[in-house]
Amino acid sequence: MQGTTILEAAKSIGINIPTLCYMKLDDLNIENKPGGCRICVVEVKGRRNLAPACCTEATDGMEISTHSIRAINARRTVMELILSDHPSDCLVCAKSGNCDLQNMAHRLGIREIHYKGEQSTYREDTSPSIIRELNKCILCRRCEMMCNDVQTVGVLSAINRGFTSVVSPAFEMNLDHSVCTYCGQCVAVCPTGALTEVDHTGAVVRALSDPGKTVIVQTAPAVRAALGEEFDMEPGTLVTGKLVSALRRLGFDYVFDTDFGADLTIMEEGTELLNRLKRHLEGDPTVKLPILTSCCPAWVKFFEHQFPDMKEIPSTARSPQQMFGSIAKTYFAEKLGIKREDLVVVSIMPCVAKKYECGRDEFATNGNPDVDYALTTRELAALIKVSNIKFNTLPSEEFDNPLGESTGAAVIFGTTGGVIEAAVRTAYEVFTGKELPKIEFEELRGMDGLRKATIDFNGLPINIGIAHGLGNARKLLEEIRSGNSWFHAIEIMSCPGGCIGGGGQPYHHGNAEILKKRQMAIYKEDSHKKLRKSHENPYIIKLYEEFLGKPMSEKAHHLLHTVYFDRTR
Amino acid sequence: MPKIKLSDSTVQTIKEVCSSFGNRENELINVLHRVQENLGYLPAEVQEVIAQELKMSVAKVYGVVTFYSFFTMIPKGLYPVSICMGTACYVRGAEQVLNEFKRQLKVEVGQTTPDGKFSLSCLRCVGACGLAPVVMVGEKVYGRVSPQQVKQIIAEYQEGCPAHEAKTA
Repeated sequence: MQGTTILEAAKSIGINIPTLCYMKLDDLNIENKPGGCRICVVEVKGRRNLAPACCTEATDGMEISTHSIRAINARRTVMELILSDHPSDCLVCAKSGNCDLQNMAHRLGIREIHYKGEQSTYREDTSPSIIRELNKCILCRRCEMMCNDVQTVGVLSAINRGFTSVVSPAFEMNLDHSVCTYCGQCVAVCPTGALTEVDHTGAVVRALSDPGKTVIVQTAPAVRAALGEEFDMEPGTLVTGKLVSALRRLGFDYVFDTDFGADLTIMEEGTELLNRLKRHLEGDPTVKLPILTSCCPAWVKFFEHQFPDMKEIPSTARSPQQMFGSIAKTYFAEKLGIKREDLVVVSIMPCVAKKYECGRDEFATNGNPDVDYALTTRELAALIKVSNIKFNTLPSEEFDNPLGESTGAAVIFGTTGGVIEAAVRTAYEVFTGKELPKIEFEELRGMDGLRKATIDFNGLPINIGIAHGLGNARKLLEEIRSGNSWFHAIEIMSCPGGCIGGGGQPYHHGNAEILKKRQMAIYKEDSHKKLRKSHENPYIIKLYEEFLGKPMSEKAHHLLHTVYFDRTR
Repeated sequence: MPKIKLSDSTVQTIKEVCSSFGNRENELINVLHRVQENLGYLPAEVQEVIAQELKMSVAKVYGVVTFYSFFTMIPKGLYPVSICMGTACYVRGAEQVLNEFKRQLKVEVGQTTPDGKFSLSCLRCVGACGLAPVVMVGEKVYGRVSPQQVKQIIAEYQEGCPAHEAKTA
C-alpha cells in the first residue's frame, strides 16, 4: 500500500524491527514518529546511509536488510550514545522493569558504554500528580505528541537546542503553574522514568499502621480490568474478587467500591439532566444544554483553563471518587461513630489526575480532605508485591457494605461511552416510567474518538455525544460555543479509551489491543451483574432514605455537587 | 520571571504584525522576527500575545524562541556590542577581546548591563576578516581590536558622543 513505512511492511511479514521513540496506537489515530532516536535504522540496498524504518516509505523492489551486521552495529552504537547521557540508577528507578529504554538496551545486548562524557542535568519538577525527572528524558517526544496533538492541551514543547534541549512548559515554569490537566497521558507513554506519578504508597502504609485510624479503600471500575496485567495475567482478565482480597490483606478496615459513588453520580447527574431537559421542553430559554459529564478531573481542569466561559454547562455533580469520599466522611463516619479526622479514605484509581482532584480545596472540610490519598493501579500493584501477597492465587472475595454495593451501570464508568450509557439507563426509566426494553446500548459503545447517537425516550429523541481524548472534547466544545451543537447530553473522558486507558494504568507500551481487551472486560462484568441500573442499587436507595432525602436535595447539593473556576489567570 | 505589563499600543503592534501574516501558525518565525525588530526583544508576555493570535500553544512559541539564538528574551542594550568569533577573528585573539569586554562591563555573553546601556553578544563572521579581530557596536565596525583598546571603545559610548551615530547608522 502506498505510504507504508519499512517498519509497517516488515511487521506485516512478521519481522520485528526494534524501535524506541516510535509509538503507534492502532485505531486511536495516535502515532509518534519523529525519526529521532535512530534505533530502527535498516540497510537499504543502493542507498548510502542507513534508513530509519519508522519514517521511510517502502517502495517496490526495495531490498532491505533489517538485521545486517552494519544495521545491528549502528543500532548498538546509537543505544550506547543514548545511554551515555542517561543516569544509570536503574536499580532504584520507578520505571525499572517497565522501561522501554532498559528493555531495548537488554534486547540489543549492551554490556558496556564506551562513550563517557558530560550528562545533561535538569531540576526535578513535582506537581500534585506528576513528577518530571528530565535527567532521564531521551527526547523521544511522545509526551509532547500526546500533550499537543492528542490532548490539545499544549503544555509541553521541546525547548532550547542541542545538548540543553528539554521538553518543558513555556518559560520553563513548573507543571503546577501551567495549564496542565494532569491527564497523565504523557506518563502513560513515557518510555523511561522521566515522567512518573507522585508516589503516595508510603503515606498509605503509614495510615494503615496507625492504630488510631480507620482506613477504608474504594476502587475505581477500570482498575479491576487492568490490575491483573501487573501480575502477568492476560490483558482483559477481570480480577475484581482478587482485588478485594488483596486490599483486605493489605490491612484496609473496609474494602469498598467507587462504583457505589458512580451509582450515586448517576442519581444526581441523571436527575440534573432530566431537570434541564424538562425546563428545555417547557421552553425555558435560560437552560443550558447540552449537559456535559463531570466525572473526569482532567477534563474539569481542561475546561476551567480553556473554556471558562462555558463553566456553567457541565453537570455540577462531583466525580464518583469525590462523592464516595464525601459520603464516607459524613454518613459512614457517623455510622461508625468516629470523627472524620480518624477516618482515612484511600482510593485506587486508573488515573493520576485523581491525586490532584482529591487535593482541591473545595473537597475538604476544615482542612480534612474527603479523599485522603489516591493511588494509581500501578502503585497498588507495587504495594501488593512489596507485601508478598500472592495475587494470582488469591481467593475471590466480596466488597463490604454499605459502600461496596454497585450495579453494572457503575462498572461501565470505566470505559468511554459508559457514563452516558449508565445515565441513559436510569434517565430513560425515570423519564418514561417504563422499563427499558433492552439494557445494552450498543450505539453508545466503541472506540471511535467522537461518537454520536440518538436514543428514543418514548417518542422524544435524545441526542447523545461522546468524546474521549481532550482533542476530541475540544471539537465538541467549540461546536457548543458557536451555538451549533445538536446534542442534549455529552460524555467526555480525557484519556483515549476512557479510564481503561488512564494515565495510572499498567503501561500499554503502545499496544492498543490491551485497551480493547480491558473495555471488553468492563462490559463483561456489567453483563454478569444482577443489578444493572443505578437507581436499583438497594444501598443507594437506603442512603437517600436515611440521609440525603432525594437527588438534588439541599443536602445532596452540599455533599455531592461542586462549582467550577475560571483558571485563565 | 518578573512580570511586565504590556501597553495597549504594544499589544496592538503585536496583533498587527500577526495579522499581517494572516495569523497563520506556520508564519511564526516571520512574526517573531518582525516583533523583535519592533520591540527589541521577546519577553514572555509578548510571546503569550503571539501564541494567542496565532492560536498555538505558548510552549511551542517559547520552543522556537529558545531554539534560534537570534531571538532574545532579554532587552538589548542601547549599544549592543558584538564580538566576531569567526575563525579569522578567533585566531587573531577575539577571545581575549571578549574577555576584556566581559571584565569591563561586568556582564556575560547574552546579558545587558544594569543601566541598560550595553549588551554583549557573539556573532559569526561579518565578512571583514581582513580587519580581524572585529567588534561591532550597533552598526559601527571596529577592526584590529586589541584588549587594550576595549576601555577606549566603551568610553566613547559612556560619554554618549557617537551615540546617535551608533544607533541610527
